[in-house]
This record gives sequence, structure tokens and C-alpha cells, in this order.
Amino acid sequence: MRIAIQQAPFDLGVESTRFAAGHRDVGAVVTFTGIVRDTGNARLDAMEIEHYPGMTETAVTEMAREAQTRWSLADVLIIHRHGRLETGDMIMMVATASRHRKDAFEAAEYLMDYLKSRAPFWKREVTAEGASWVEARGEDEDALSRW
Amino acid sequence: MNVLYFAWVRERIGLPREDVDTTATTVAELVDELRAREDRYALAFSDLSALRVAVDQELSDFDAKLDGVREVAFFPPMTGG
Repeated sequence: MRIAIQQAPFDLGVESTRFAAGHRDVGAVVTFTGIVRDTGNARLDAMEIEHYPGMTETAVTEMAREAQTRWSLADVLIIHRHGRLETGDMIMMVATASRHRKDAFEAAEYLMDYLKSRAPFWKREVTAEGASWVEARGEDEDALSRW
Repeated sequence: MNVLYFAWVRERIGLPREDVDTTATTVAELVDELRAREDRYALAFSDLSALRVAVDQELSDFDAKLDGVREVAFFPPMTGG
């Protein structure tokens, strides 16, 4: 298991390849990548991501451990960036490895749902009209209830 | 007590963290003390349903006891991922 909370960019190809390599019992790897995009009605100049150092690492590690108890996983990787990002930049990635795809898919979805609403990150969108904090969506909170 | 603020809570209060001398026994009492200080605090804590709280870096609630607690953080609902 590897958890990285960092300002620096990451290389999706390198991370995915390294994650998928070197197992004899892994038949499936699922990766999810979150990317900065324009807002619904404005061109985005930047996305600023604030976080709670210390709690972020603890909370994300706890989510990964919980995923490992619920599904049969050979490995979990979570990278989440903070600081100032631009449109097209990769914000975060989740990778899960398992013997069969079902565990890898479900665990990745579980981790994404929890990262959205339970990891202490706050996004702020900067556009030509000014900056505003991204509001949590009710459907993201509701998504947790299925787990 | 080390009190931390994030996102728009930090902006409204104008501080990322401060050391608070408090006699509060619960998070709710701490909020009442902070609200009584100045308008910027009253504004930040005007709607608790819009706020979340972490006690010693663990997500908690406003009824949580503050016995032996070193750090309390207030912030809006999280938007990670």
C-alpha cells in the first residue's frame, strides 16, 4: 500500500506500470485518475486545493485499510495532489490490484466515494469572474450510503 | 487548545490556526465561546449545518467532548477526489 499526499505532479504511466508489475497473484489492476477541467459555465484559470496536513494522510490511509478488509486486494495506491493546479493537470489517482476484476473495480469506486467526501481536501476554482470554493454535492454524500 | 480553520471558514475568520484559551467541555461550547468573540467568528459559525469538525484530526461532531483534546478543526464539507 502506498499513500502519497503531494504538491508535485505525478506520472500516470510510470505509476501505473510500477503498480501493476511484480505480482504473481494479480489478474486485475484498476486505475482512476481525476483531472482538472473547466467549470460548467466558465473557463478555469486554476484550481487551488487546500488540505489538512496530518489528518489527510491518516484519513486516506484509513480508507485504504478499510478497502483492504472489505475486498481481496493485493495492493492499493493513492496519490492526491494539493496546491495550485491548471486545467488538464492530474489531481489524483487511485489504483487497486486484485486476483479478479470485481474486487479491483469495487474497491476503486469505494475509495473514490470516500476520497470525495471524507478526505480533508477543499477545492477552490479560479475563473476570470473571481474565485469560489467548490460546494460538496448531495449526491456525493449519498454515494457513501451504498457502502 | 489548538484551533484550526480551513477553506472559507479560514477566510471568514482571517486565520489558519490559533491557540485558544478555553473552558469549553464540548465542541458546541467552544463554538459558543468563539461566536461571542467578534462578528467574523459569529459569521463563520452562523450555520453549523454547513460545517464539519475534526477532533484531534478525526472527523467528529459538535457534541464531542474536549477532555484531553489538543486540536479542533472547523471546515466546510470536504471536496476531495
